[in-house]
Amino acid sequence: MTATHAAPPRVTAPSPAGPAPATPRRRPAADRRKWLEIALFAGPALVVFVGFVIVPVALAAVYSLYNWNGLGPLERFIGLDNYVRAFSDPLFIKAIGNNATIVIASILVQGPIAIAVALLLNRRMRGRTVIRALIFVPYVLAEVIAGLSWKLLLSPRGGVNAVLEAIGLGDLARPWLADPDIALWVMFGILSWKYLGFAILLMLAGLQGVPEELHEAAAIDGANWWQTQWRITLPLLGPTIRIWIFLSMIGSLQLFDMVWVTTKGGPIGATNTMAVYMIQYGQGQYGYGSAIAVILFVISLVVAVIYQRFAMRRDLAGALTSGVR
Amino acid sequence: MNRSRTTRVAAIAAVSTLALGLAACTPGGDNGDNDGDVTITWWHNATSDPLQGLWEDVAAEFEEANPGVTVEVTGYQNEDLQRTLIPNALQSGDAPDVFMVWPGGEVRAQAEAGHLKDLTEVAADTIEEMGAAVSPWQLDGKQYAIPYAFGAAGIWYNTELFDKAGIEGTPETLSELADAVTALKAIDVAPIAVGAGDLWPAGHWWYQFAVSSCPTDVLETAIPEFDFSDPCWVEAGEQLEEFIATDPFNEGFLATPGQTGADSSNGLIANGQAAMEFMGPWNSGTIGALTEDGEVPEWLGWFPFPTVDGAGGDAGSIMGGGDGFGVHVDAPDEAVDLLKYIMSEDVQRRFAETGAGVPTHPGVADALTDPNLIASAAALGEASYVQLWIDSALGPAFGNPLNQAIVNIFAGSGTPQDVVAALEQTAAAQ
Repeated sequence: MTATHAAPPRVTAPSPAGPAPATPRRRPAADRRKWLEIALFAGPALVVFVGFVIVPVALAAVYSLYNWNGLGPLERFIGLDNYVRAFSDPLFIKAIGNNATIVIASILVQGPIAIAVALLLNRRMRGRTVIRALIFVPYVLAEVIAGLSWKLLLSPRGGVNAVLEAIGLGDLARPWLADPDIALWVMFGILSWKYLGFAILLMLAGLQGVPEELHEAAAIDGANWWQTQWRITLPLLGPTIRIWIFLSMIGSLQLFDMVWVTTKGGPIGATNTMAVYMIQYGQGQYGYGSAIAVILFVISLVVAVIYQRFAMRRDLAGALTSGVR
Repeated sequence: MNRSRTTRVAAIAAVSTLALGLAACTPGGDNGDNDGDVTITWWHNATSDPLQGLWEDVAAEFEEANPGVTVEVTGYQNEDLQRTLIPNALQSGDAPDVFMVWPGGEVRAQAEAGHLKDLTEVAADTIEEMGAAVSPWQLDGKQYAIPYAFGAAGIWYNTELFDKAGIEGTPETLSELADAVTALKAIDVAPIAVGAGDLWPAGHWWYQFAVSSCPTDVLETAIPEFDFSDPCWVEAGEQLEEFIATDPFNEGFLATPGQTGADSSNGLIANGQAAMEFMGPWNSGTIGALTEDGEVPEWLGWFPFPTVDGAGGDAGSIMGGGDGFGVHVDAPDEAVDLLKYIMSEDVQRRFAETGAGVPTHPGVADALTDPNLIASAAALGEASYVQLWIDSALGPAFGNPLNQAIVNIFAGSGTPQDVVAALEQTAAAQ
């Protein structure tokens, strides 16, 4: 989905005036060999890609037009009824809203924190390696294990409430994941805990690409640390930030595991996402579930395309066109 | 020159290996009848002992008694099995031969799609032996699966906590239940645990109120016809609302799961933090799995759901359900023999002795040793009408919309009318 499939570099350079330079004539045998090699190497991957990605997506689109319980033959064609039903179910609308909330909150909260921590960790300081490792630990944990741990910690008689009571903040204790008013934000907290490490790691990697010389030059010009970060580091970190935003958006739109393990979308749909809704309401109604899948696919695609078209245009400029700027 | 050639040879070798590997993954023929050898696959929902061990023994015994027959028996988690594995297997055409079938709308959906063998003739004797319990697995007078367990829902409670709270006897009416709730709050335990996070455990409360409010003839006709116009369906929600207003449930019940972990409603009962749970006959087993020693606690008691004062339904109606096995339409004849063996008096007796449920075979009632299951079986025997869990009775599409609408009442954000609306909307989409 990311636009990494680069077009083949153009070999025919724009010719100057005058007779066209003799292009090296290819022997047909060599051409055939080239195609054979392409077929040999790309063929199996293409077969797998078509069989396991393209066909299922197309099938889901077909199923979504039927009332189908997954058991009998596909025969009750109902047109777009499944889509109408989805968009008239307040629970599904709420799920879309929850996804959108997570997308926006991730970018606005996780992004700045990740950049700040990365900038701090990029300085020479004692214990830097240990801190980097610790920050990355949650990301390495399996989602199910992390989810179950948080579920136990946040339960009414769980660790979080016990700690709050022990330090005299018993008034704050509550059933964190059972309160519809705050459950989504608690969920967002868990997700941030889980994914901040990845964002920080990405930012740190991006910071490695900022040339030291620029900092030295800035220092000679008398810039302080803050000015250096604001005027030099951050602008040069731009491509990394934009890629992270992209990954974060797609991940948030397709959010499933953590919600399924901790709340199954509850209480009363407060933490429901499109993917969780699809599983819950697609049971026994595969046509309807497929319609939800198609909606989720289209929303993700549209967001991805728009974002790439506008926000990442400059970053991708080199990747999609020839190397000449 | 040479290097490019060796690379190419290596690449071709790699690709051919991959192709061979893929070819090896294609399914081989199953149930091959060559040399008279037959393999039967059997999927059930027992993932822990004693039931898992019993089914393994049964499979081994059947293999021994039938030379040339191999039984591949596997236990899967209940909801995964019923909601994902079996529908996928049926649809892919690579179905197990003997598998778990839920009653009511669930068996109807599979039978109508032509996946289940009609057992009416081939297992006539067994069906006869089992008695009335088999009827929820029928469609148009034909038997599509046979239950090995069938029991009544009721309230499981902690007798020690009841003593401590000074509750005498067990509540027989809803107002007595409310008194018990007050007494239990006074000793600082959660009176009733409910796993509303999984939706269906909360759903059971509404089903029970519907069974209390709706006359038998309404239940009998409304469910198969998807007709929810009788006012009793709204009444059920109103009774539930009233009961929830007395605040009887554990803290954070909206996010409490039903059966997994110390924090589930089963777990709260198992570790003594809650006193009661309204649940099906499997509950002693699932609670037992969550205690420290893995045994069913001695203090566990059972009583039938209290009668609801002023409700319009028949006082003799109770709610219950069970687990059955069906045979795939293309399965070899030996699969039917295996099913008959599972339902035989001997195996049913051993099933009763495990305490994992109430067996359906009338001849083995004396083998039940667990007093709670005996009480549950007795209540079932005395009932004038047994209503299947309403979500099962309606069929697979209803479970989530119905249970979600019920949980909305639990959360104070839904109304009794919303539940009926959810039922009607789901029915309209069928």
